[in-house]
Amino acid sequence: MTALQLAPITPGRALRFCVLVLTAALFLAPYLFMISTAGKAQSEIFTSSLSLIPSEPHFLENFAKAFSRVSMPLLLWNGVIVCGLILAIQVVIAVPCAYALAKLKFPAARLMMALIMLGLLVPIHATALPIYVAFDRMALLNSYMALVAPFSISVFGIFLFLQFFRSLPDDLIHAARLDGMSELGVVMRVVVPNAWPAITAFSIFSVVAHWNDLYWPLIVVSNQAYATPPLGLLFFRAAEAGDDYGALMAATLIITLPLLAAFLLAQKRFVEGITMTGLKG
Amino acid sequence: MASIASTPVVLIDLEAERQMRTGLLLAAPAILLILVFIVAPMLAVLVLGFTDFELGYGSFRFVGLENYAELFSDRTFLASLRNTAVYTAIVAPVSLLLGLGLALLIESEPVGRSFFRTAFFLPVASLLVAMATVWQYLFHPSIGPINAALRLVGVAGPNWLGASDMVLTSLAIIGIWQSVGFNMVLFLAGLTAIPRDLYAAAEVDGAKSARDRFFLVTWPMLGPTTLFVITISIINAVKVFETVKTLTEGGPNKASEVLLFTIYREGFVYLRVGYASAMTMVFLAVLVVLMIAQYRLLDREVHYG
Amino acid sequence: MSTLTLSGITKSFADNDILKGIDLQAHEGEFIALVGPSGCGKSTLLRIVAGLEQATTGSVRVAGREVTALAPAERNVAMVFQSYALYPHLTAGQNIAVPLAMRQLSRLGRLPLIGALAPGQKAIRREIQAKVREMARSLMIEHLIDRKPGQMSGGQRQRVALARAMVRRPALFLMDEPLSNLDAHLRVHARTEIVDLHRRAGVPTLYVTHDQAEALSMADRVAVMIGGRLLQLAPPQQIYADPRHIEVARFIGQPRINSLASRVTEEGMVRFGPAALSPAAALRAGTAVTLAIRPEHLRVLPRQTGVETGGLPGQVERLEFLGSEVIVSVRLDGMGETLLAKLAPAEAARLATGQPVGLLPEADHLLVFDVAGHRIDAMPVLAQLRENAHG
Repeated sequence: MTALQLAPITPGRALRFCVLVLTAALFLAPYLFMISTAGKAQSEIFTSSLSLIPSEPHFLENFAKAFSRVSMPLLLWNGVIVCGLILAIQVVIAVPCAYALAKLKFPAARLMMALIMLGLLVPIHATALPIYVAFDRMALLNSYMALVAPFSISVFGIFLFLQFFRSLPDDLIHAARLDGMSELGVVMRVVVPNAWPAITAFSIFSVVAHWNDLYWPLIVVSNQAYATPPLGLLFFRAAEAGDDYGALMAATLIITLPLLAAFLLAQKRFVEGITMTGLKG
Repeated sequence: MASIASTPVVLIDLEAERQMRTGLLLAAPAILLILVFIVAPMLAVLVLGFTDFELGYGSFRFVGLENYAELFSDRTFLASLRNTAVYTAIVAPVSLLLGLGLALLIESEPVGRSFFRTAFFLPVASLLVAMATVWQYLFHPSIGPINAALRLVGVAGPNWLGASDMVLTSLAIIGIWQSVGFNMVLFLAGLTAIPRDLYAAAEVDGAKSARDRFFLVTWPMLGPTTLFVITISIINAVKVFETVKTLTEGGPNKASEVLLFTIYREGFVYLRVGYASAMTMVFLAVLVVLMIAQYRLLDREVHYG
Repeated sequence: MSTLTLSGITKSFADNDILKGIDLQAHEGEFIALVGPSGCGKSTLLRIVAGLEQATTGSVRVAGREVTALAPAERNVAMVFQSYALYPHLTAGQNIAVPLAMRQLSRLGRLPLIGALAPGQKAIRREIQAKVREMARSLMIEHLIDRKPGQMSGGQRQRVALARAMVRRPALFLMDEPLSNLDAHLRVHARTEIVDLHRRAGVPTLYVTHDQAEALSMADRVAVMIGGRLLQLAPPQQIYADPRHIEVARFIGQPRINSLASRVTEEGMVRFGPAALSPAAALRAGTAVTLAIRPEHLRVLPRQTGVETGGLPGQVERLEFLGSEVIVSVRLDGMGETLLAKLAPAEAARLATGQPVGLLPEADHLLVFDVAGHRIDAMPVLAQLRENAHG
């Protein structure tokens, strides 16, 4: 690494570096404008849109407006509850199943694999209609239940854990059985502690996916009390007549911030977790 | 002798049976949920596609292929298919090439690697609905920074999201911005996985220029990654929804009507469940074809068994 | 004319000196094994010769040509990698053809698919094909020519890697532990094969290994590298019997050579039991030295006979039976040091664990080193031995 950094600066290298810097600036521009606009007064937004630093900061006003129109804490809280529940149930359901498929003599393993492959192919968009009809009949719309239930099963989770468990040595499990553990004990005390990398990666993947999901919440929730962050932002936009971009950007900033902060704090794990979908092939 | 030999056989059978029972027990919740939330709804969509079921009306009847016949004379749906195809044809290749290019640049430049990786990956981890709102502001025809910048150089900027000939391009720009980082990270992982020795061998074998080494080592070794990136880019582009719902609602003039948005509106706004189910089947067929293409056609070419 | 000359090669990463001044000259058609413990810098040196890494200082000459500043492709060297580094997307035949194609085909001609259409390339391609076939035949891998590396065994891959290196007669062969990924049985077989190939091709070879048996059995000369220095470059027999540095003596030989700290006596001698050696250059009395002797040059006698003949008294600690020989560990009385002796099984049959014995060195094979580890030439003094036996 140090040897590389001392590499001579050639014209080619300088050019490559410039391209990188310019592209990065383009990619980051939306964030800069989001922050800057969240601090601008309405009049300034209309007159000087290219200046990044607000001439008189209106952060407080804009944030106050954002908080007054829609209950931001409630949105974030809903996001946490829904993502937390989904993740917990997904892991509890998927881990034992993946273990059974990977390490036990399983009668219907082939059928199960076929189901998993089918599940990997079918997104929520394809199953949404009947589930919606059923929830409507059962009067389950506008509830945490409706938001969480369809995602209680993650075939991707099963698939990911399955791959991971297969790489655990059989002898480890044999040793645990000889030590007198039940199968559930093997899962809890041997498999799970050794599967943290996979579980962490899956957690990040799952939370990011469901925190950002708009499609399903949009379908089953019309009551603001159960709105998740993306849906809440839609409600906010609907309530916002005209172009009050200052307040809108403030709201956007509040809603984007938690996940972005988490990403910046645990970048490496995030990148790993999200690219874990790269194993899907 | 015979009894000694037969004893272990009985024991193994018991063990297998025990494992089978435990296995079923451990997998039962997952199996049940797959049946309830994936298999049953899939079958229901298939069946509903042949009915005129509408939510709110008590009764429905089977109409055979009527829904499918209607689909292919439905101008909105056809526009929606066409728009989705155009959007995908822009977003998938551009974000693939941009992702590869950025990965190669980052890989070759030792300074600032983690900064660049973060910068390009940030959009992937951001809430798309929120960032779409920011893009709406950036794209605003009169007060948006993009057109303000264009005015500075004397160009009259277009009405990005408001003109029917621009709206798909604008949505595609957001789509590319959002997905490049993902592709880049996959390519970076693919690049790191290439054994350094292969480059050394290529150099000794006479590959003098960076271009020679790219075509001898890098490009072929990235084959599996590229295949995966192509598939996932296309699938994600076909699934475009958030930006359309947030920014254009399919407008102006159905110019940004895309598959998932059309299904959403038919099924959940107009509540024509039967008709929307038929659309869903078409959507699924597209996904299935893409998957089969990945596994069958290309897999053979790039897997080095 | 020398085929490879390294002079004053050094390599440092930050504050870490990997190579501390290496000089080496290979002769026409010579097979040199570069051996040393892991981390001694031998692979780095090989990569510097190949041009894959740049030396901090020093120069590399191949076949009389200064190549220090040249790219690997321009040095006319071929290399076999530890991992073989075969291109996984190409068949064995295509892999072998790469070095030829890279040099002989035009840029356009090398492109996949369209390359075949480029003008004037067809004849060259045919010629390359013929050379690849011939090479494959001589290594008996013709049947593998259409297989990809993923479908081959380790031994087969290793042969393809060899073929790729040999196909365009280079000025110098570089091999980086090419046998270390083979299983033990195959490895011994591949050793003789590489030596045969080398003899037939006559191309000078620099062969890196950490396995002393490989180095000793294959090479014309062995270069022992330790801690970034080339400690000795000599034929295998000489490396074993006449090491110029204590580290060389310790690295080569299995089990390890015995060594004992000692001091020069009043008479200017170095003594070990009944044996006494007289250094070629006089040393001051009391100078610290290290005595070393290989296990096969120690005799283990029952206590009485052993001590009567002046042997060092000790106790058998352990007997390890290795088939054709037995390794006996003897703890010396009073000194607490344990020496190893290698005996024929018949000889060792008289010994048992815990038995008091006398250790007798073969004076001709005693080696003396100074505190810095350098060899001190010394001759055994027979009169001294006799005097001791009687007094």
